[in-house]
Amino acid sequence: MKQKLGRWLIPVVGGLAFVYLLVPIAYIFAFSFNDAGRTNLEWRGFTWDNWANPCGAPAVCESLANSIQVGVVATVFATALGTCIAIGLVRYRFRFRNLTDVLIILPLATPEVVLGASLLAQFLNLGWELGYGTIVISHVVFCMSFVIVTVRARVSSLDPRLEEAAADLYASPRTTFWKVTFPLLIPGIVAAALLSFAMSFDDFIITNFNSGNYQTFPKFIYVAATRGIPAQANVIGSAMFLLALIVVIIGQVMAHRKRKALEQAQ
Amino acid sequence: MSSPVMTKEGKVRDLRSKEEIRAERRKGRTGVYLVLPGLLVLVLFFALPVVVLLAMSLYTRPPGAEIGQFVPALQFSNYATVLGAYWPELMRSFGFALIATTLALIIGYPMAYLVAVRLRERKLLQGILLVLLIAPFFSSFILRTQSWKQILADEGFVAQTLKAVGLLASDGHLTATAFAVVAGLTYNFLPFMVLPIYANLERLDTRLLEAAGDLYASPLTTFRKVTLPLSAPGVFAGTLLTFIPAAGDYVNAALLGNNRNTTMIGQVIDSRFFRVIDYPGAAALSFVLMVSILILVTVYIRKFGTKDLM
Repeated sequence: MKQKLGRWLIPVVGGLAFVYLLVPIAYIFAFSFNDAGRTNLEWRGFTWDNWANPCGAPAVCESLANSIQVGVVATVFATALGTCIAIGLVRYRFRFRNLTDVLIILPLATPEVVLGASLLAQFLNLGWELGYGTIVISHVVFCMSFVIVTVRARVSSLDPRLEEAAADLYASPRTTFWKVTFPLLIPGIVAAALLSFAMSFDDFIITNFNSGNYQTFPKFIYVAATRGIPAQANVIGSAMFLLALIVVIIGQVMAHRKRKALEQAQ
Repeated sequence: MSSPVMTKEGKVRDLRSKEEIRAERRKGRTGVYLVLPGLLVLVLFFALPVVVLLAMSLYTRPPGAEIGQFVPALQFSNYATVLGAYWPELMRSFGFALIATTLALIIGYPMAYLVAVRLRERKLLQGILLVLLIAPFFSSFILRTQSWKQILADEGFVAQTLKAVGLLASDGHLTATAFAVVAGLTYNFLPFMVLPIYANLERLDTRLLEAAGDLYASPLTTFRKVTLPLSAPGVFAGTLLTFIPAAGDYVNAALLGNNRNTTMIGQVIDSRFFRVIDYPGAAALSFVLMVSILILVTVYIRKFGTKDLM
């Protein structure tokens, strides 16, 4: 009896938890087809119009374009700076190494509202005008820690014998890095960049503190929430979700193929 | 830096990890050049802002000054003022975050176990569920929170059904309650709980579970004595990744709560900054929040911590 209970308990609880996780996403998707008019609160009938014309509601696409632009620029900087730090920290000894460690971990242990508030205090202090520039800076700061943690794990798990083999074959340190180390790090760097973009794209709290009048997609939805979110926002949300799903599935399939190929080779 | 030491058995053992030994061979300036640009960003836009925040928390508004005009001072009474006024919100934030973290652990652990252990042989289903686990990261979290608001709304299907069955009083609400805020927090940070536990359970050697069973351990005992201790680092990371953002969150409280008994500290900091234009008060509260979390996290790490967190 007890055995049976144990066998069923986990799939049932786990399955229900997945439903809990996906209900709002299904809701967003369903209501992207709602013939909503201005407030997308109750079901008024099926339509393709929102998908045919996702920029139909004012400010939806402008804020989306802004968010993508911020996300891309912040990701490029965060990934470049973070990757360098990760390599430096794992592979080299230098002074201030422990200090650097603390400075990386602390932003991860700081709630967003405090990061946002401290950056705002800094910008007010410097007298900088809030807008595109200040958002990008704040996103680079909080994305960088995630990049460092992700890439660092990859650098630490690299088999050092590969680099030693390259050195044994008379490759210069520079050649070894670009021909051996870096290509091995690419999956980690790509994962870090994707994570960084997702964090930046979805960030509301830090952005809200440091954006002034600059509109981003999360900010637009938050403000619109009080008046009713246009169905076009659901279209964008669903489309982003589907796009990410496709990217992740392609990644999974490629990893699966690679595994298969490796198994066969052995 | 530690050097080779003699162990009890008299063997010479090098305490440094292989990684450290290798790294030592490559001293030099390259490391500094690699780290310097990023470090500069962290110093200028993380460390320094925290110092500015601390300084600003002690500013004072001279009599007769305009709104938003503050002068540097050492007015420590700012802290007493805001703590006196917002102590309940601060405690509530930690309370909500604690409940949400506990719930996320109770819900998230079976999810992680299901995907990582039970479905280990069924790669396709495992892959699909893993994708679904990461997927919420890519759909706007404010949009999802707002969806909960609409799903749980008074005229919505869920509330109506609960009322029909009698589980909810006919004049009861699901939204604008503490319940909704905690449910929202649990929901939003659930993947942060599940993913680290998953990463840990994925490496779990199931033969150990069989061995425990062979030794007549009940499934519950096996879980308590084998599975849980082995996945402790994942649970540890997951609870931190859930608790810290939940304690500072204000989107859930703003969208799913009310103005009476669900206000969280993040909302107060936001409104002190932008509505009341009380920079010192907002800065003081931010600083209190940051320090309290750091203290809590440190105590937690000391008590349950493992070294291989990162």
